Order: sequence, then C-alpha cells, then structure tokens
Amino acid sequence: MHLVVCVKQVLDPEMSPRDFAIDPATKRPVAGKAPLVISTFDEIAVEVALKLREAAGSGTVSALSLGPKSADEVLRKAMAMQADRAVRIEPGSLGEPDAVQTASALAAAIRERLWPADVVFFGRQAGDTDGGQVGLMVAEILGLPVVTHAIGVRPGEGGKLLVERETRDGVEVVEVAAPVVVTVTNAPSNVPRIPKVKDVMAAHRKPIDVVELPALPVPEESRQSWAEIADLFVPAQDHRCRMMEGDSVEARVDALVRAILDLKVL
Amino acid sequence: MSVVAVVLAPEGTPGSGVDELMGCAVEAARATGGELLALVLAGTERTALAPTAERLWRLGARRVFAAADPALRDSDAGALVAALAGLVPETGASVAVLDGDPLGAQVGPRLAMRLGAASVTEVVEVRGVDGQILWVRPIYGGKAMAAVRARRPRTVAVVRPRVFRAPAAMQEGPVPADAVVHLSLPAGALGGARPRVVERRAGSSEGQKLEDARVIVSGGRGVGGPEGFEALRRLAEVLGGAVGASRAAVDAGWAPAHLQIGQTGKIVAPDLYVAVGISGASQHLAGVSGARHVVAINKDPEAPIFRAAELGLVEDYRKVLPLLTDRLAQALGRGGDAARAS
Ligand SMILES: Cc1cc2nc3c(=O)[nH]c(=O)nc-3n(C[C@H](O)[C@H](O)[C@H](O)COP(=O)(O)OP(=O)(O)OC[C@H]3O[C@@H](n4cnc5c(N)ncnc54)[C@H](O)[C@@H]3O)c2cc1C
Repeated sequence: MHLVVCVKQVLDPEMSPRDFAIDPATKRPVAGKAPLVISTFDEIAVEVALKLREAAGSGTVSALSLGPKSADEVLRKAMAMQADRAVRIEPGSLGEPDAVQTASALAAAIRERLWPADVVFFGRQAGDTDGGQVGLMVAEILGLPVVTHAIGVRPGEGGKLLVERETRDGVEVVEVAAPVVVTVTNAPSNVPRIPKVKDVMAAHRKPIDVVELPALPVPEESRQSWAEIADLFVPAQDHRCRMMEGDSVEARVDALVRAILDLKVL
Repeated sequence: MSVVAVVLAPEGTPGSGVDELMGCAVEAARATGGELLALVLAGTERTALAPTAERLWRLGARRVFAAADPALRDSDAGALVAALAGLVPETGASVAVLDGDPLGAQVGPRLAMRLGAASVTEVVEVRGVDGQILWVRPIYGGKAMAAVRARRPRTVAVVRPRVFRAPAAMQEGPVPADAVVHLSLPAGALGGARPRVVERRAGSSEGQKLEDARVIVSGGRGVGGPEGFEALRRLAEVLGGAVGASRAAVDAGWAPAHLQIGQTGKIVAPDLYVAVGISGASQHLAGVSGARHVVAINKDPEAPIFRAAELGLVEDYRKVLPLLTDRLAQALGRGGDAARAS
C-alpha cells in the first residue's frame, strides 16, 4: 500500500494575536518570533496514514511538500513520526502560491514521482490560509474521489478502504476503492504521536528528494494565480471586558450572577 | 456579470443556510450590477420543487433554475460537482455562490476546478469595487482578513455559515410563470463509482443541537478532565443550554468531536456563551463571533478570551462553577435537583 501525505509549513497558528502583525509593504504577516511549524491538520494526516500502514501490516508512507528549503523541516518531522520517505517541490521564484497553483504542483509531483498511490492524504485546511481547497483540487486534477472530514482509515474487504468520517452530529463509515483522496480532521483517536528522540535524529540524516517546480508538467494556466489576495488587514478590535470584582470568590460569583441576569437573555 | 446562488438539496429540502446564502448573493449581484439568479439541485421529483423555487424567488432571485432527480438523494459530493459543472454554465452566470455547510464547502473548490473558475471559501463580506467583487474572508485563523480578487472570468465562492443576513427586501405577489426554469441533469452526472456509507453512528443525542442553542456552556483544556465536563453539564442544564468544547478538550477525549466549537467545529450564535478554561485562540473565537454575550471564566487574567468576552471572572473554575450553578438555579427558580447534585 502506498500512502502519500501532503504537508505544508506554516507560521505557528497558535501564535497570539498580540504578536501578529502584517508588513504593509509585502502584505504578508511578519514572521517575528513565531516559529514555522507543520500545519496542524497535516500532522494529523501523517498520523492517520501511519495508523493505516500499521493496520495494513505493510506499506510505504511518502510525505510531500511544496515549499522552500525551510520546508525540509516539516518533511523531517513526518519522517521522525515514521514516514518512509520525503519529496519537496522547490517553488523557485513562485512566491506565495494560491490554492490552484499549489494543487497543480502537488498533483504533478504525485503523478511524476509518487504514482501509483492508494491514498493521497491532506489536512482539512491549512493552518495559515484556512482555505480547505487544495486536497479537493488535487482530487479534481487527478480524477479521484474524495472523502472529507476523515478521522481514521482502515483496510476493508476486497482491497477497499473503510474511512471513518465525522458528520454534523456523529460518525459514519464509508467504503471506497483506492485510489482516493482523503482529507483529515481532528479526533481524540488521531492525536499525532510525539516522535522519539532517536527517530528525530535519524530523520535528519535521511535524504529528501527535491523536484524543481518548472520541471514538473503543470499546465501553463495553472502556473498563474487564479485568485489573488488584493488586500490583507487586521480587523479593528475595541472590546472591553467587564471584570468581576469582590473580596471573595462568593462576592465575585454574585457579581457575575447579577451581571448575567442583567443581560436579560435567560 | 450575473450571480447565481447554488442551493444543494440532495435530501429534498435545502439546508438552513438558504436565507444567508441569498443575503450574500444579493450583495454580490449589487457589486457587479448583474442579475441575481438561483439554481437548486434537489433529490426529489420535479413537482416537489415548487415551494423551494418560490422561496428563492421571494428572496430575490429573478429567475430560479431547478434540476431535480430522486437519484441525487444518495449521491455524494462528486455527483453534485459533475451535475453542477453542466448546470451552472446553463444559467449564464459568471459568479456562483454556495452555502459553506460541509457539503457546500466540499463542492465549491471542486466545481471551481472543473469550471476553470477562481475559488474562494469562508467568505464573510462582499465588497464591490469598480464593478468587481472583493471577497473578504478571515485568514491566519482569524487574526487577519484577506480581500480576494478573482483572476478568472468565472468565480465560485463559498460563504461562511451564520455570517450573512437574509436579504432585506422580498419579492412579493404571484411568482411570474417564466421565473422558474427546469433543467435536466447532464447525462452521466450520476454515473461512476463513489464512496458508499456502510455504517452510521449518531453522536450522543443528549441535549439540543449546538447550532440552535440559545445558551452554550463550553469547556477547554483548563477544565482538566471528564469530571469537569460533568460540572459544565449541570450549569448548562440550569441555564437550559447545551455543552460545547474547544479543540483541546475534544482532542483530550473529554467531549465528542461534534461538540467542538470554532473554525473547524461548529459555528454557533447563542444569546449567551460561557467559556470555561478556554484560552480564546482565534480559531476558537471564529466559532463564537455570532454570540450575543460572551462570559469567560479563566484563571489567567492575560488569557485572550478576556479580549473577546463581555463579562470576565478570573478564578479557578472549580471554585466558581458549583457556586455559580447554585445561585443561578435559585435566581431562575429551576434545575434545583441538578444544582444540588453539584
Ligand atoms: C487550522 C486550525 C483550526 C483550529 N480549529 C479550532 C476550533 O475549531 N476550535 C478550537 O477550539 N480550537 C481550534 N484550533 C486550536 C486552537 O488554536 C487552540 O489550540 C485551542 O482552541 C486551545 O484550546 P483551549 O483554549 O481549550 O486550550 P488552552 O489554549 O490550553 O487554554 C486553556 C485555558 O484554561 C485556563 N485554565 C487552566 N486551568 C484552569 C482552571 N482550573 N480554571 C480556569 N481556567 C483554567 C488556562 O489559563 C488557559 O487559558 C485550531 C487550530 C488550527 C491550527
């Protein structure tokens, strides 16, 4: 079984809004002190792929990323978690790609370097752009079915896969034939493993296969941006919170009870 | 440039987001100066579509295109994408907007790719600039807003739920005979292998749906464990509300995933939202921006939740919750048993 997981390097999504700023010249966030990390749901996708490989008893997990040299770190993270190999697409002068440019590059690299694959995994959305588009678009380009909101995948009968997915108010299991695109969401059952120190060190010695974007067969029109960010701004926030005062917990709770009742919504 | 609101109703009746979707579509049509259209795709007989078509016309669609086929009933998003790729061009619209429920969010980007259209998701505002649309959407977990401009002749936009309002003006009187146009599904749209549901497990059906709850008591990592959620449940009971959770609490296994509130969970709009032991990450707050009043209980006075809350109490929630539950039960004269049990 060959499982591909697409992973993106993003500015730490957990950084406090207080530290978040936009460079007015480039219209990009200022990196500042915030670290670059593997996108939250992509890390979960690696976990889900590894669990599927374990359930199947064998297989290969390949991590794929579009990004500059620094993105090697997220590929190493995936390998430290026990992904078998890694491919990075070097974007060169591409700049900040939109969803179509990203999906086209990933689809081309999958076809050129990583095919055949049984499952191509994605996080449900990137931790920076929050678009939730790339996995769906790769499926369109490769002509594959998609299962979204997956929380786990296991082998089914006759070579099919059973994908457990979250619905609005519960869980359902869908049966699907490979190859398929699966986008992953979080659940208590798929919290990413923490790699062992020795695996982190080993991952640093593993090779990363680098593919140059211009060398990939991407249709000319998909090398252009289809939707551009014309403006980026931090929304104004002038909110004042009324803090409950009082000498004791009881007094503060009483103040809160009064304040809540004063809202007249109960 | 006309705008078409695409309404997906594979189960027959459209979801609850139709009014908001039309609200966004009205603004988009105003921005371009084009005509407002609607397209409904339903898993019913054609005759069953009349009420939906009329509703869309009243909400402002000058013309309603309707495609019905009972076979759509158990179709997946892939079949809807295939059908829409044929139907949307038939409406003549160059902008299509969809509601961002889980189905619409899945269909939008795939449809865009099929049509060679620009794709934008999570739209919360529409701005018109020189006859062009700027689609405003949160980015970086809601820490910033991006105004997105299409660079293709066509656009498919997906609207974030619970943001737009229903159109202010309604079309009145009898629906003109030529306002509803029936379309047939493109040949082969329903063919092909697709994922098949083999099992369904409803989550615990206790309490009310988060989306409909007027009061929500929500817990985060600070709640510290499943027992803490029991205490939250008692408060929710007294307030006649539902229990929600942050992602950290869901990942810890203290609350089921369908109770997660936030950007990647439920987007809620209660009258009162009580956040207990939740730090207030922007991705969590993205789910509660529609709440009328937010109360925060957190032991850290610096927690960002206090920047989003209207009322704040800095304290270990364990000391606060039993008292609060008791006093509110007394004041409201209800939930006595539940309060005493705490
Ligand atoms: C793409 C993406 C999507 C995301 N989507 C969501 C989402 O939909 N919903 C969501 O919730 N998160 C989401 N997150 C995660 C989000 O960034 C935060 O990690 C998460 O919301 C933190 O949960 P928390 O506030 O419960 O935990 P923490 O941030 O750990 O906060 C715990 C809080 O509890 C307080 N506390 C501790 N003990 C006590 C006590 N005894 N009494 C009172 N207070 C106490 C602490 O002071 C602290 O403020 C997303 C992240 C990404 C990257």
